[in-house]
Amino acid sequence: MNMLSYKASSDSHGQESSYFLGWQEYEKNPYHQLQNPNGIVQMGLAENQLSFDLLESWLENNPDSVGFKRNGESVFRELALFQDYHGLPAFKNALVEFMAEIRRNKVKLDPNKLVLTAGSTSANETLMFCLAERGDAFLLPTPYYPGFDRDLKWRTEVEIVPIHCSSSNGFRITMPALEKAHQRALKLDLKVKGILITNPSNPLGISMTRNELNLLISFAMAKHIHIVSDEIFSGTVFDCPNYISIAEVLMDRQLANSEISRCIHIVYSLSKDLGLSGFRVGMIYSNNETVVSAATKMSSFGLVSSQTQYLLSNMLSDKKFTGKYLKENQKRLKKRKQMLVSGLQNAGIRCLKSNAGLFCWVDMRHLLSTQTFEAEKELWKKILGEVGLNISPGSSCHCSEPGWFRMCFANMSEETLTVAMERIKDFAQSVTSTRNRKITMYHQMICDQRSLINKWVSKLSSHDRESDR
Amino acid sequence: MRLLSRKATCNTHGQDSSYFLGWEEYEKNPYDEIKNPTGIIQMGLAENQLSFDLLESWLANNPDAAVFKKDGQSIFRELALFQDYHGLPAFKKALVDFMAEIRGNRVTFDQNKIVLTAGATSANETLMFCLAEPGEAFLLPTPYYPGFDRDLKWRTGVEIVPIQCASSNGFQITAPALEEAYLEAQRRNLRVKGVLVTNPSNPLGTTMSRSELNLLVNFITAKGIHLISDEIYSGTVFSSPGFISIMEVLKDRKCENTEVWKRVHIVYSLSKDLGLPGFRVGAIYSNDEMVVSAATKMSSFGLVSSQTQYLLSALLSDNKFTKNYISENQRRLKQRQKLLVKGLEKAGISCLKSNAGLFCWVNMKHLLRSNTFEAEMELWKKIVYDVNLNISPGSSCHCTEPGWFRVCFANMSEETLKLAMDRLKSFVDSISKTTSHQMVKNSRKKYLTKWVFRLSFHDRGPKER
Repeated sequence: MNMLSYKASSDSHGQESSYFLGWQEYEKNPYHQLQNPNGIVQMGLAENQLSFDLLESWLENNPDSVGFKRNGESVFRELALFQDYHGLPAFKNALVEFMAEIRRNKVKLDPNKLVLTAGSTSANETLMFCLAERGDAFLLPTPYYPGFDRDLKWRTEVEIVPIHCSSSNGFRITMPALEKAHQRALKLDLKVKGILITNPSNPLGISMTRNELNLLISFAMAKHIHIVSDEIFSGTVFDCPNYISIAEVLMDRQLANSEISRCIHIVYSLSKDLGLSGFRVGMIYSNNETVVSAATKMSSFGLVSSQTQYLLSNMLSDKKFTGKYLKENQKRLKKRKQMLVSGLQNAGIRCLKSNAGLFCWVDMRHLLSTQTFEAEKELWKKILGEVGLNISPGSSCHCSEPGWFRMCFANMSEETLTVAMERIKDFAQSVTSTRNRKITMYHQMICDQRSLINKWVSKLSSHDRESDR
Repeated sequence: MRLLSRKATCNTHGQDSSYFLGWEEYEKNPYDEIKNPTGIIQMGLAENQLSFDLLESWLANNPDAAVFKKDGQSIFRELALFQDYHGLPAFKKALVDFMAEIRGNRVTFDQNKIVLTAGATSANETLMFCLAEPGEAFLLPTPYYPGFDRDLKWRTGVEIVPIQCASSNGFQITAPALEEAYLEAQRRNLRVKGVLVTNPSNPLGTTMSRSELNLLVNFITAKGIHLISDEIYSGTVFSSPGFISIMEVLKDRKCENTEVWKRVHIVYSLSKDLGLPGFRVGAIYSNDEMVVSAATKMSSFGLVSSQTQYLLSALLSDNKFTKNYISENQRRLKQRQKLLVKGLEKAGISCLKSNAGLFCWVNMKHLLRSNTFEAEMELWKKIVYDVNLNISPGSSCHCTEPGWFRVCFANMSEETLKLAMDRLKSFVDSISKTTSHQMVKNSRKKYLTKWVFRLSFHDRGPKER
């Protein structure tokens, strides 16, 4: 008898993908300015390390929040015992207000519709358990976050069917692409339960247009399916256009209390905007009472530590702080992104014009030996092994076109980013010059051959003419 | 088309059971010494509130751990970013050492075999996902923690088949009971993947004997199945016999590195021993690399906050503290259990002799109107609504015999416990009065009947002659 479950003994966790393998290589040989200057620079981790000083200064000025104190009185016992899956009320209140603030207060959110989970990893899986059966499918626009293959599918046994997006229109979702994906699912005998989007997009770094969001809502209404909008990067929108949440579009279309509004669920987390991935704070926001109720009970399997809830409820209730933080954080992200974009430009590399996220979607198609995923893999290995940069190949994000890579910019110092840019410049130049050399050699070879042939032909013809006299 | 999943719309989360309903009633009318002295006293929550002062004093003397400092230096950034599902090494080391200390260092644990999870709730579910397919089964001795119906079955699709235990032998597991459960599973067409026991037991409050543990090892060896030992109450053993962990038994039987050794997995948590259920710290310990590997990846769905890992790694690394805490906590639990037992005795109620846990398994069979679960429910409702005590009825724990209740003692002050005992005594006294009044009425009835009979006989006598 098989001793372990299929889930435990197969690789359906999806962690054999290059996304994770590159990470492993980095772990073996991590770059350090002093201790290991030739090591691999980690550009595959979408972390936000740019604004910790703001958090640390808040902590220093608010010691009670970490000291389990409220107004000087100890709340340790209360917190130690607090395991109510409805979550700390003060925390949920602060969170919905923070989320509204991020959305420029164009929407008002209700804390009773919020379910706390240990990270958005848990939130996404929980939503799958609530919305789909084993064998049902969710449609996801490509390219998408590699972790979804594990988070959405592994234990839930839900399938993912891709909505193929292409560079021809900046990887925007189109109606034909949606229809095609839906058809494909039906052909595979899969019942489509919904669409899951990440807005702003990982790995693209762009926020969705109003058009796209309207399209999605119309499609979901027509097919009677759900939309899960993973908005974990919503606070990282640093440039125009302004961020438009699906909640805003619903409101603008007067659909706030309609059937479809009960089929749209938002996922959020403090891992990207606040850079607190270690604290495991995620959440589901839904207008659907049944979903909220079921997800709340399921959150038992991944509650947020009360110690952490308390600290962050204080931090996020400090509106002076949150306003300042969001603005400053976005300013720093914009600057850092510009550094990456410039650095890449210097190397003759372009990327998708982005206004959000902690990474850029980089176009290295011109560096591929052939327009194939094999060539992309080759290039990726070279960049990892020879250039010493861990970046994420588009294929690991299920991109349908080879040659695109996700490069993170917010998880390192400016100096390190500069080093990375120099390395990539050298590399790109070497590829170009190698190619140029090859081209030159090839041309030279052609020329040599031509001149040989010419000589031979002229010899022949002169010989002939001599015999003719 | 069905809009939501079956999991979301059915009630296999098991939360309609009385265990949770009593909780809800309490929430509506909670006892407070000053604000609500006639409210419901919560005796259905297995929390350990007896030793917080020890934790608070440690915190006061070790402020760095809570403020993200190590040796005076801030490690906030490091912790903020730490989401490695392998867990904070210092914390895992401290945790395995703590576990060994609880077991008198008769066994030691390897920090590379432990997987951190957001509470034992997460640990148990994760083990189900790792060890069983939907539709397969685990055998559990009754009575068992009501939460298992949700934790083990809900999202995993795994079934529970009970191993019926009886009061006749103190609810200990027997070989026939194990075999019967296995057969029952087969009758229901369920493939049995393992046995899950809670040791010390919830709700019994007893530690498993060496012979029970040996029995289990024999059974899983014979059937080639797993054994999960949920040892979350291991630190609450306050009197003899001491705690014998399944690992100790395996060691004594020289089972290390054998097949069966790889099929025994331990679940632990800091929710009961340290009274920190809010911090969500659970763990799976397994000798099977594949289980550790899969469970580690699965822990992504419920990691422990790095803020909490750091605080507790500092706390548990303090050996002076842990030594004192373990023994003092046990002393207080013992004292408090005695208070409950005595209080019950005064009310003419006995309970299962226990040496661990945060509760007693109380025998109220004699207070039942009839030896049925309906009568148990009646009694339970009376106790919740009239006596204003929320206790857990045995049926919610799948006990096969009506009349048993789990009564918690470590989640309230001494005064509150005394009050609860007074209320219970009054209740029992009133029942006795009613019963004896009823008995007098009954005997009067009998007397009347005899007299009536005699009369009629007398009438019949002379005439019929």
